[in-house]
Amino acid sequence: MSVQYLGQTVDHNTEFETVIGLEVHVQLATDSKIFSSAKSRLTLGESVSEESVNANTTEVCAGHPGTLPALNEKAVDYAIRAGLATNCKINLKSVFSRKHYFYADLPKGYQISQFDLPLCEHGFLDIELGEQGEVTKKIGITRIHMEEDAGKSVHEHGFSLVNLNRAGTPLVEVVSEPDMRSPEEAGAYLRKLYAIVTCLGICDGNLQEGNFRCDANVSVRPKGVTKFGTRAEIKNVNSFRFVEKAIEYEAERQRQVILSGDHLVQETRLYDSQKNQTYTMRAKEEAEDYRYFPDPDLLPLVLESSQVESIRASLPELPDQMRDRFMKEYALTRYDAGLITSNQSIARFFEESVSIADGRSLAKTVANLLIGEAGRLLNEAAVSIVESKFRPEHFSDLARLILDKTISVTAAKQVVIILWQEGGEVSLIVDREGLRQVNDLSALEPIIQKIIDDNPKQVEEFRAGKDKVIGFFVGQAMKATQGKANPAMLQELVIQKLKG
Amino acid sequence: MKNSMNTIQEIHNAFDAGTLTPLELTRTYFETIKSSNHNAWITLCEERALKQAEELTTDLKDKHGGKVPREALPLFGIPLGIKDVLTMDGVRTTCASKMLDNYIPPYTATAVIKLEHAGAISLGKLNMDEFAMGSSNENSAYGSVLHPTHADRVPGGSSGGSGTAVAAHHCVAALGTDTGGSIRLPASFCGIVGMKPTYGRISRYGQIAFASSLDQIGPMAKSVQDAALLCQVMAGIDAKDSTTADVEVGDWFQTAIKTKIDDAKGLRVGVPKEYFIDGIDDEVKNAIESMIQKLKSEGAEIVPVTLPHTEFAVSTYYVIAVSEASSNLSRYDGVRFGVRPSEAMKAVTLVDFYKKVRSNFGAEVKRRIILGTFALSSGFYDAYYRKAAQVRRLMRTDFENAFQQVDVIVSPVSPSTAFKLGEKSKDPLKMYLTDIFTIPASMAGLPAMSVPVATDHQGLSIGMHLIAPRFKEEILIKAGRVVELLAGGVK
Repeated sequence: MSVQYLGQTVDHNTEFETVIGLEVHVQLATDSKIFSSAKSRLTLGESVSEESVNANTTEVCAGHPGTLPALNEKAVDYAIRAGLATNCKINLKSVFSRKHYFYADLPKGYQISQFDLPLCEHGFLDIELGEQGEVTKKIGITRIHMEEDAGKSVHEHGFSLVNLNRAGTPLVEVVSEPDMRSPEEAGAYLRKLYAIVTCLGICDGNLQEGNFRCDANVSVRPKGVTKFGTRAEIKNVNSFRFVEKAIEYEAERQRQVILSGDHLVQETRLYDSQKNQTYTMRAKEEAEDYRYFPDPDLLPLVLESSQVESIRASLPELPDQMRDRFMKEYALTRYDAGLITSNQSIARFFEESVSIADGRSLAKTVANLLIGEAGRLLNEAAVSIVESKFRPEHFSDLARLILDKTISVTAAKQVVIILWQEGGEVSLIVDREGLRQVNDLSALEPIIQKIIDDNPKQVEEFRAGKDKVIGFFVGQAMKATQGKANPAMLQELVIQKLKG
Repeated sequence: MKNSMNTIQEIHNAFDAGTLTPLELTRTYFETIKSSNHNAWITLCEERALKQAEELTTDLKDKHGGKVPREALPLFGIPLGIKDVLTMDGVRTTCASKMLDNYIPPYTATAVIKLEHAGAISLGKLNMDEFAMGSSNENSAYGSVLHPTHADRVPGGSSGGSGTAVAAHHCVAALGTDTGGSIRLPASFCGIVGMKPTYGRISRYGQIAFASSLDQIGPMAKSVQDAALLCQVMAGIDAKDSTTADVEVGDWFQTAIKTKIDDAKGLRVGVPKEYFIDGIDDEVKNAIESMIQKLKSEGAEIVPVTLPHTEFAVSTYYVIAVSEASSNLSRYDGVRFGVRPSEAMKAVTLVDFYKKVRSNFGAEVKRRIILGTFALSSGFYDAYYRKAAQVRRLMRTDFENAFQQVDVIVSPVSPSTAFKLGEKSKDPLKMYLTDIFTIPASMAGLPAMSVPVATDHQGLSIGMHLIAPRFKEEILIKAGRVVELLAGGVK
């Protein structure tokens, strides 16, 4: 059976390419809402409780009859920062429009957004690809526009409840060009954009709270074809990993539909992370007509170019610049520097750590600990390093102990886990847990001798030329010393003994 | 009669003389209101108003030594009526719609705050056309308002309650709102002064929106000087309304008081040929032409002007107004705002729920929501809304050109005097044409005023319409006062 797609005959051998464009909603970290004086964000350490439902609302964000929006200048400032940091052109005149749809959590029956004249246009950002981030790819940014968020609906016990605390929270929507060709590229783009907005300080970056949410437009086409395939929009995914997985699933689903000869429909889909599947939310035919028109309550937003330039001059060091500086200043690899600077709080933490007692020589080791064990723990718990029990001196202390061979890297990882759980002082933990490395030859010798004596078969193998069994002996010795032995010293000693 | 005094000045003089107190005056107004069957009011704030009046009465004696503090509190003890489209904290605000029958706003409109801070007393909320949509006040969910002197006729709309209340001495003056003529038409029909200031002069914060780019609050009063005073108190930039302008507010009250007939000299009065068309009642036409003659004989320069895009005014107005209305009224969906009828509570789906809630709107409101939804829908937006916005710019340019040659433009307010209840309510198009002379100034955002100049053979009032350039309220008030004097109004 021959199947046609985009004017091409396709079959199971056809190589497909995935085309991805992303729309990211970034919640701006202003104190008050975009069009009212209501409080916009939780302060650090504050949690969402039932009592606080609808507490952060005024008559404006509740859409009371007769109320009018008044634009928050701070939100404009933040949106301009987002535009400048992503190489956008800032439009000196932009217009707020009303986007209409009926939903219980949209108090006015329309959302104030920007439509045909957005604040920022024609930008780009560079993403790093490849094992070591050695390949750079430019991803176009079509536009960045400002808008207000809707409230939150909760459906439970047969009721639909609305919380308007989020209604009127300032957002920028960052719309990319369809320039990405794989889930990895999409992931890299999201991480880079996230690094930029958190570095600018315009977004709190709390993914669980929906500070940074992504819609992915995904289509596939036979490689070499320039036309676009029929796309699906996957709505509201708020984890980088899930975006990658959703795209991966969706691309394969579309390929299967095409190969089966079925017709792909343009539609909006949702991603179920538990099942790792996307499913239809609504088809394009059912799509709403938003009836955009310029909001008569708001004058066009007109900026002076001097305003924009003074914001440009006040931009902080951006992740890419910081990465290059870390490479130079701390002799980190591009890959490590990229990873460290992809998270603003980690980058700052790293610099603080290294600056303690002028520990530049420790930089590489500190970086490894942060990227490795600490990074893993933070990611798994989705906690920012600032909120964790980790302190910068923990890592400088650990790095120093590793470098002077007081503890092994393995032991250091154990200490990191303890610090994560309970905090404390590195040297005390090392002593308490008995993690000081055994650097004493005379202490190691009898242990190795015993292992050799107990394992004649492996000794035979070594003698027969199987060098690999060295690892076995080292491992056994490590086990016997509870990981405290200096691994380099151990290896040398094992070989010496086996040969002897 | 205590409540038939013509001006705030006279009332203040009576306060000074000790022959009247704010409390007595307020009580008298409530008596008049209660004995009237004009249906001008939807909600009275009697307790609140009497408390205010009592405090002011005490203050007058204790704090102010029996003399009205005219500088600090220019509206000291002046009872006003508030059109029910303006919010007052804790006071039911219905917009004359069943939809908002139970709505109690948690905040007060900026304009009302400013009036009360100047010493005014709010007597209550005045009847109007539902959501300010109408020209006869027959579209109220609380029943039609009757004309102040001819009970079988309409007071004009949408600020019909305001028009009748002022003319029938229910209050000293009232607030109206004007989108396409809703202050000026009822002022003309009821024989009082109505003023719509420049768009952006008075904060719309707390004015429940009909068509945001056209809506404007303004005073309705028995004299040009009172209208000027109220306007002056309410005007000014407001951080809560981004469309308000930072333009200096003059002492318009003094302007009105100082103006003499003699000031007609050198006043350049534009008469647009497009405004004197077939279909105007002869009596209306004659009254306006006779006033133009009077102005001329007092030394005004009468200049024929042209506003070539006038013929598109009503149709473009109705595209823009209904489009904005369809958007502004989206929030009445029964979730946060809008009464939920019992049928709606049985709805199974959200869409069904919306249908049942929104069927509560009156017929005219529904008509406009549907028209507006259509005009904004994708595929029609360019042909309707965008095109109308373009024509609107041309109309603005028409006025700019005309005002190169003249200080004010005059015309009738409406082609006829107050018509009979039910006369036009079955024919929306005929009704829409009632506003043919007031709409262009709204489209251009210009300040405009209705001043009574004559009555027809039935004793129905005829108003002259005056339009001035943007933010030239000073000129408008001066010209309005000259006309008032020439018509033999307030001395």
